[in-house]
Amino acid sequence: MIAAPIAPATWPRSQPLEERLLHVDPALGTVRDRRMAELPELLKPGDVLVVNDAATLPASLPARVNGSGAEVRLLEDLGDGRWMAVFFGAGDWRTRTESRSAPPLVREGQSVVVAGLDATVIRVSPISPRLVQLEFHTGADAFWNAVYRHGRPVQYAHVAAELPLWHVQTSYAGRPWAVEMPSAGRPLRWSLLLQLRRQGVFVVSVTHAAGLSSTGDAALDGALPLSEHFEISQATSEAISQAKASGGRVVAVGTTVVRALEGSFAQHGRLLASAGRTDLRIGPRFRPRLVDGLLTGIHEPGTSHFELTQAFASAGLLERALSHAAARGYLSHEFGDSMLILRS
Amino acid sequence: MELQGIGALVTGASSGLGEALSWQLARSGARVAMVARGEARLLAAVERMRARGGDVHAIPGDLGLKEDIHRIAGSAAALVGPVSLLVNNASALGPVPLQLLLDTECEDLERALAVNLVGPFRLSKLVLGPMVLQGRGLVVNITSDASVNAYERWGAYGASKAALDHLTRVWAAELKGTGVKLLAVDPGEMDTPMHAEAMPDADRTVLPSPSAVAERLIELIRRGEQWPSGARIELAKEAAR
Repeated sequence: MIAAPIAPATWPRSQPLEERLLHVDPALGTVRDRRMAELPELLKPGDVLVVNDAATLPASLPARVNGSGAEVRLLEDLGDGRWMAVFFGAGDWRTRTESRSAPPLVREGQSVVVAGLDATVIRVSPISPRLVQLEFHTGADAFWNAVYRHGRPVQYAHVAAELPLWHVQTSYAGRPWAVEMPSAGRPLRWSLLLQLRRQGVFVVSVTHAAGLSSTGDAALDGALPLSEHFEISQATSEAISQAKASGGRVVAVGTTVVRALEGSFAQHGRLLASAGRTDLRIGPRFRPRLVDGLLTGIHEPGTSHFELTQAFASAGLLERALSHAAARGYLSHEFGDSMLILRS
Repeated sequence: MELQGIGALVTGASSGLGEALSWQLARSGARVAMVARGEARLLAAVERMRARGGDVHAIPGDLGLKEDIHRIAGSAAALVGPVSLLVNNASALGPVPLQLLLDTECEDLERALAVNLVGPFRLSKLVLGPMVLQGRGLVVNITSDASVNAYERWGAYGASKAALDHLTRVWAAELKGTGVKLLAVDPGEMDTPMHAEAMPDADRTVLPSPSAVAERLIELIRRGEQWPSGARIELAKEAAR
């Protein structure tokens, strides 16, 4: 086990390229201190860096149920005005998710008000009474206008203050599909991405609807991540195939990218330009078919993210890496430092 | 660029050139996110275009407000898909009636810069990132001959447009080789609400209509490959060639 806990970063820092990068090499069994600005030294011409270009939507919305206040966190767009969503009780992100009071119970067919919009609970999940399908009775224009006017980013108690929406976006974010920031890509500035391209590294994207990481409901948290939708473009599929054929390495920026690429591969038996859904769960026994390396945050043992990183390096090496990170004062969570798990 | 099926984002879209251009884009098969400050007028414009079969969407918002920009970019991408064309058309004149610089309130200059320069910068920054990742896209910044000529009483507006022209050039230099293009386009004089506000005594009958200018602008966007990124184009001269 690691010697000391790793402190969370509580706010975005101003110089992302100066943030620390722990390079874990599973082939050599080594752990090296780097800075994010040095990422180009760790990648070679012909490698592919795959980012998740989903923007983070303001998924935490005020709601009224039976006349009392509640919070709704959007989980996934099901199309036609329907959304998967999770109810939270009174209070907000300042309270630890596990300590929040239970939300009001809703039943199927019940009317609720979310972000000032009328909605109907059309399904309550068997997994948890907090997990529901909502149907909004308004056009898409009015829906998005209300979400952006009344919504706030989902955030957790370790963050110092209310986050404005611009603090939870990557520098290449497009469609607002993610309900939590695909945070592994947060330190990637364009100066770095353009430098990588100049040195012959392909920088391409998938879009993956990253869901909630925690709800405070044990049954629901045990089922996370739920099935999520993704899209892989023709250009991305071609770049990855070309890299694989010529010995380049595929480096996923964040676990959502691993889910999209490996989920698509598992469904089709090969990489296809495709839009789909995946419920792939990745852990110690999962053997990636496409992804060779992972750029991710610092995640402590016992978290689901740590489980996932074990698909790329042994638990022993990862625990050694995290002990090193703790001793050297690395910071954890979405605004913290980074780890690159990649063989030389 | 091919317009069929693309996502387009047009600011200042409830009247004048922005409205006419939004319609021309929709008629060409683009999905269009229309941004304007005045919600009632914007919704009316969107309803008219939808009735004629346009795939258009209303995003009420003020380019001069920092808090509105992520909502505009996010809603646009949600409603029309990845944005391949951004037209920064919304503009503020500064003080109205137009004033000598010595009589211009600092706040009026700040407002012109906020809407004509900082707003397009913020919005372009959000739209250009995914464009560069995809390796394609076009940003058109609507400028004016007041950006190159020192017209008396057009100081706030002219200075903001000159800065926008230069931002276009620097951005083009930085994004060379990425497949993404930026153009500054001077549409020339036309019969718009802004023109009437700036020059209430002008003879409107001699001015071209926004629709006629929008048609030329659409043609320019279709043939965008002809110009190097960062170019400043006078639409009237191009049409005459």
